[in-house]
Amino acid sequence: MTRVLVGPFNRVEGDLEVALEVEGGIVTDAEVSTSLYRGFEQILKGRVPLDALVIAPRICGICSVSQSMAAAAALRDLMGITPAANGVLCAKIAHAAENLADHLTHFYLFFMPDFARDAYQRRAWFGDVQSRFKAIDGKAMEPVLSARSQLMQIMGLLAGKWPHSLAFQPGGTTQGLDMGGRVRLANILSSFRRFLETTVLGTDLPTFLSISSRRELDGYAGTNSDFACFIRVAQDLGLDQTGEFSGPFLSYGAYDGLFAAGVSGDAATSLDMTVITEDVSHAWMSGNTLEPSQGETQPDAFKEGAYSWAKAPRLNGQSAEVGALARQIIAKDPLLIDLVGPSKKSSVFARIVARMVELAKVVMAAQDWAQQIELKQPFCVPSVPLPDGLGIGLVEAARGSLGHWMVVRDGKIQRYQIIAPTTWNFSPRDGGGQLGPLEQALNGLDVGALGAKSPMVQHVVRSFDPCMVCTAH
Amino acid sequence: MRQKTKTLLWLQAGSCGGCTMALLDQFSRDITGGGITILWHPSLSEQTGTEVLDILNAVVDGRTELDFLCIEGAVLHGPNGTGLFNRFAGTGKTMLDWVRILAPLAHYVVAVGTCAAYGGIVAGEGDATSATGVQFSDAILGGALEKSFRSKSGLPVVNVAGCAPHPGWITESLMALAADQITANDIDSLGRPKFFADHLAHHGCSRNEFYEFKASAEQLSNRGCLMEHLGCKATQAVGDCNDRGWNGDGSCTKGGYPCVACTSPGFENTHGYLNTPKIGGIPVGLPLDMPKAWFVALAALSKSATPKRVRINAAADHVVLPPKNHRDGAE
Repeated sequence: MTRVLVGPFNRVEGDLEVALEVEGGIVTDAEVSTSLYRGFEQILKGRVPLDALVIAPRICGICSVSQSMAAAAALRDLMGITPAANGVLCAKIAHAAENLADHLTHFYLFFMPDFARDAYQRRAWFGDVQSRFKAIDGKAMEPVLSARSQLMQIMGLLAGKWPHSLAFQPGGTTQGLDMGGRVRLANILSSFRRFLETTVLGTDLPTFLSISSRRELDGYAGTNSDFACFIRVAQDLGLDQTGEFSGPFLSYGAYDGLFAAGVSGDAATSLDMTVITEDVSHAWMSGNTLEPSQGETQPDAFKEGAYSWAKAPRLNGQSAEVGALARQIIAKDPLLIDLVGPSKKSSVFARIVARMVELAKVVMAAQDWAQQIELKQPFCVPSVPLPDGLGIGLVEAARGSLGHWMVVRDGKIQRYQIIAPTTWNFSPRDGGGQLGPLEQALNGLDVGALGAKSPMVQHVVRSFDPCMVCTAH
Repeated sequence: MRQKTKTLLWLQAGSCGGCTMALLDQFSRDITGGGITILWHPSLSEQTGTEVLDILNAVVDGRTELDFLCIEGAVLHGPNGTGLFNRFAGTGKTMLDWVRILAPLAHYVVAVGTCAAYGGIVAGEGDATSATGVQFSDAILGGALEKSFRSKSGLPVVNVAGCAPHPGWITESLMALAADQITANDIDSLGRPKFFADHLAHHGCSRNEFYEFKASAEQLSNRGCLMEHLGCKATQAVGDCNDRGWNGDGSCTKGGYPCVACTSPGFENTHGYLNTPKIGGIPVGLPLDMPKAWFVALAALSKSATPKRVRINAAADHVVLPPKNHRDGAE
């Protein structure tokens, strides 16, 4: 049995260390370590509550809008105000743009380049994949970055800039739109939709979304598109049975009802019935298991037995997977339900498919939202003074469920606790020895003679689209 | 004789990754298209694990010449000077170690973003991780590197400040450095390239007419000037922010929210970003190079001369009263 440390682990937004034990070509144990801690929960303490709108987005440069939206939602929860309808629409569209860009960036820049590794030289598909997806040099890089850049012009229109905008307020958004702006917004969305249809998916979106079973998806695999290319690779490598996790799956619900909130698994089906706690037994943190509304963050870099800066969030005591796949399972998407099967097992393949399904669904929804903006109606209602108490902001970032728990006393933040998507997915063990979702997904992985250097390790890790800067924050 | 293509190594320290996200906006056109070879970038490169160690060791051994060392994020010194809040995974060293090992080997060291420049948000009050910039701690010289540090080119660390910086600030700084066009005279006393730091965020603000008349927004999303009530620091903060478009043609003030002076050291410790502190009804933070008495006198005068159109539109989120057409006659 050999124990190998894998790191730096790049193309994961931030840095990651994975310790693997491999025996006879099979991973027998995994420890996932978050190597960066910046102390946002400490930095936010004692601040003016509205200043969280400046500080919290800076937790993450790739899901900055999600962090803003969670902070704004926590403040709104405390204020008890109803946001302006236009503001809700514009925030949803800007949030959609960030999430679409994240899904696109993940597929092309973070995930696919691993199939262009020399280890796959003998595969029939290697030439095509290498030419298209090779890191930095692949032919897809330039058109994808250009499409991403054009999509993110939505931020210039609705949020001033990205990342790190102050446009997302408890009462709505700060940037009004005129008729020309609404037209430009519609144009950006339709241009991005065309890019999806021609390059990424190779078919129009309604046709793509009509695929509702594995059998139909196999039929689609012959299409001339980047996603179909991935499906062919996945079939060859058996990625539908790689990196499995048995749930439960969690979603706080996205885009104001577009994707339902809930929990999938044995424990409970309603979010209201769940208890979320954070265990610190294997984190470099002192203290005990607490609910985030009571949570403490006390770093202890020299703690015996600890191996990560991340705490271990648990849902009714269980490790839970979050992300596009969890969201789509809970939203009862027929294709994803079919892909995870009756045993409800996630996989590398299902995680990637779920992001593609979301790309198609969300861009179409955003086109509708853009048409609902009433130009002469308000975009933002004013904030009101904050009472003492607890405000909770739950949103779905591209990578999954993001929660902010803010306690205000005498006009200052007394406690601020954050559980980010990758805190769930890449959590360390808990006090009961239960592994985090990635640790479970790596356990039992067939890595063959390459051991820890097998690209399979890379595929499993990156299939979660981890955001390590968010994880311990 | 130095190589023709310039090599670039990019490391993320105590960062959010947002500077890289900004860079991607212009990456293809300006970086790969501009003759810079990426030795390794955490978000973009294929190499991982031991492959990265090989790249780093080649630089350390002198087998690979390093033209650019770009650091994104604050350098975390804690706890107790160990740097353990930020290990560089798989290397057995902290990012604090790596910055100190690699910086002297680079022709240019570029701190990308306000965290890497001065500490930024990560260095916010409370000193959670003892964060500093690469060569500054807040506005004081001396961070992870000594105040006397000079890279092989003879330049101190070049600070592409901003949270996140405009993508053009990053790529144009790199391209100008690659062409050896930036000298010690081309960066300001806080290490920022003057081509963007010799301007104020206020220049070119689309709310200019409201500023002239001190016709102020009363709440966020109003069209008026954000300085009097809503905390805007654009008349004090450096950056050609409103001369450029952000994500198309956006900017913070265009987006309806105040400038928080994200290009400045110490911006992380403002209390009440969305409120203008005032003494006797007069904002404390006035333009830095204008006599206060003059400002107050001019403000009073311009307020009394404010056209109704400007006054009414300032407190609305869309144009309520349009400008008169020429043939409607003068107001």
